[in-house]
Amino acid sequence: MAERPPRVIVTKIGFDGHDRGSRVIAACLRDAGMEVIYTPPWQEIPTVVKLTMEEDADVIGISSLATDHLIVPKLVAALREAGLADVQVIVGGIVPAKDEAMLLACGVAQVFHPGTSLDDVVVSVRALSEKRRAILGAST
Amino acid sequence: MNGLAQWEAEFAKGVVGETTTYNRSGIGIKPLYTPQDQTGAPYEEALGYPGQYPFTRGIYATMYRGRSWSQRQLIGLGVPEDYNLRVKEILDLGASALSLIPCNSVFRGYDADDVPSELLGTCGTVINHVEDMRVALDGVPIGELSTAMNDPTPFTLLAFELAVAKRRGVPWTKITGTSNQSDCISHFVANHMFFRLALQGARRVIVDHIAFANKHVPGWNPLSIVGQHMQQAGATPAEAMAFTLCSGIQYAEDCIAAGMDPDQFLPRFTFFFDVSVSFFEEVAKFRAGRRIWARLCRERFGAKDPRSWRFKFHGQTSGVDLTRQQPLNNVARVTTQAMAGIFGGLQSLHTDGYDEVFSTPTAEAARIAVATQNILREEAHLTDVIDPLGGSYYVESLTNDMEAKINGIISMIDEVGGMYQAVEKGIVQRMIGESALAFQKKIDAGEQTIVGVNAYQVEEDPATYPSLEYPDAARMQSYLGRLADFKKSRSNADVEKAIGALAKSANTAKSNVFEHVVAAAEVGATHGEICGTLRKELGFGQPLTVV
Repeated sequence: MAERPPRVIVTKIGFDGHDRGSRVIAACLRDAGMEVIYTPPWQEIPTVVKLTMEEDADVIGISSLATDHLIVPKLVAALREAGLADVQVIVGGIVPAKDEAMLLACGVAQVFHPGTSLDDVVVSVRALSEKRRAILGAST
Repeated sequence: MNGLAQWEAEFAKGVVGETTTYNRSGIGIKPLYTPQDQTGAPYEEALGYPGQYPFTRGIYATMYRGRSWSQRQLIGLGVPEDYNLRVKEILDLGASALSLIPCNSVFRGYDADDVPSELLGTCGTVINHVEDMRVALDGVPIGELSTAMNDPTPFTLLAFELAVAKRRGVPWTKITGTSNQSDCISHFVANHMFFRLALQGARRVIVDHIAFANKHVPGWNPLSIVGQHMQQAGATPAEAMAFTLCSGIQYAEDCIAAGMDPDQFLPRFTFFFDVSVSFFEEVAKFRAGRRIWARLCRERFGAKDPRSWRFKFHGQTSGVDLTRQQPLNNVARVTTQAMAGIFGGLQSLHTDGYDEVFSTPTAEAARIAVATQNILREEAHLTDVIDPLGGSYYVESLTNDMEAKINGIISMIDEVGGMYQAVEKGIVQRMIGESALAFQKKIDAGEQTIVGVNAYQVEEDPATYPSLEYPDAARMQSYLGRLADFKKSRSNADVEKAIGALAKSANTAKSNVFEHVVAAAEVGATHGEICGTLRKELGFGQPLTVV
């Protein structure tokens, strides 16, 4: 059976509405052949968890331009609680160095900063998707 | 052979291949402009003198020789006390006007006790009621200097300021400033962060707000029509200018439909634009925009007072152009952007902190940003001559080309029935998204150099990058305690009555909603209570996003 393409949720949680980054990333992942589930900004954490489950997403991309990354640990915890610890969470946007360390420590797979090329994002997301499939494969 | 023909021959010998380059708006740029590129329109018709129709060379006769642009730096962080301290510092440094950026929870229309506390005050000041505003503006002469509030519908921050003014005995006729972020269309299209009322509900509130300000706070600019969001979201400079003018057309037509006189409301319309590092393109964008708006006001809206034709605008240097790599390079970018804005004839300017790509600016970055403006004005003497690039073969030709491009987009939006129709159909969002992706692909392909990102890279240690500490969590907890105390201390009966009147007003077509927002603020209704009431009555807003 052919592998299905990586399935990625691109979303924003918290208050900020600047969505240029999330829209560009969503379009670029889609153009790279991935299945992209894009949402408008201001998603509640339980909504993202529910969507992840329903869509069987491999990767969740959170775009944060205005400190919303500070509640990403809550999202990671909520995913774990829902039995979705295998889903890879990535964060892109304005993330100060000290916060990056905090995010990685709490289980975020990767943080992308301004200046990252679209190609690099595609390569990373593909690798993370494969990682998640491998985790799933090992556990079944 | 001599003259132009000789130059063409010599140039062709020295430069092989394609000689036309393209600016961000897609306009072809030649290697040289000459008198042959001048249009047939006589000087007075195409350019005129500063302060004269069509204002291509500036909206005032005196421009910066009479008065500098306002140095209006965005500030807002932490609790009202933190804001008050920062305001006083920045006034001492030479800033001549204030701005207030509230916390994102405020933008979204909630009180601090209704949101995740981790996010409070991290991107703006938490201001929830009249007492907060009293503290924030303590010792600030609000009757003397202009106060710009980032204050979208339903304009609670202005309501709080008016309540503070009343308590201090400062007449509302002395209050000057601008309701920034009042443009609900731009929030629907891009940025979205201040969006809380459904688009058509916001449309009604803004007309009421304009009518109220014209009558009671005549020195206040109730409308700031925003191109900045759209350009930051990826619109080209020409698209951003065109869409913004289209929004201006809608607001003007709504005011006219509400029975208002163009010569009363148009002089209080203002604009707010992004200034990118694409130097000449930005200068031409502003000169073209000024000319188009003047003609729209006079010919389309029938305004007779020359003050109604003036295209007043605030510029903010573009954060999107700034890089995380080699962050001090951003000082050079901001300087270039600021020069483009100044040569474009802006009325007020915010220069970004070089560290904006890491966090809200640190104190040092904020100081450098203000100093940049002082250097350009007082050391580089950019202000000695009005519209110093006017008459340049290139700049005049580019101004004409930008004007044609902008007018083409305006006609397209007119054809679909105006900006509200165009944004509700997602037409504008789609165009902006396509431009954003196209620009990113150019960077990735190396067609557009970004120093430090896709060229001239160096090894860097991210540990050296600046970043701002978040507000002390204990301070925020203490703020939440005071918010609870405030809610207990006020007359809840008065608040309930005012909120009831606000709800009723929202459902009464002839009633002015903003009048009731002010009345509710005066008796201690909070931001969240006011926004919540209007969300219930006028609908909760969701943006239409298109990928």
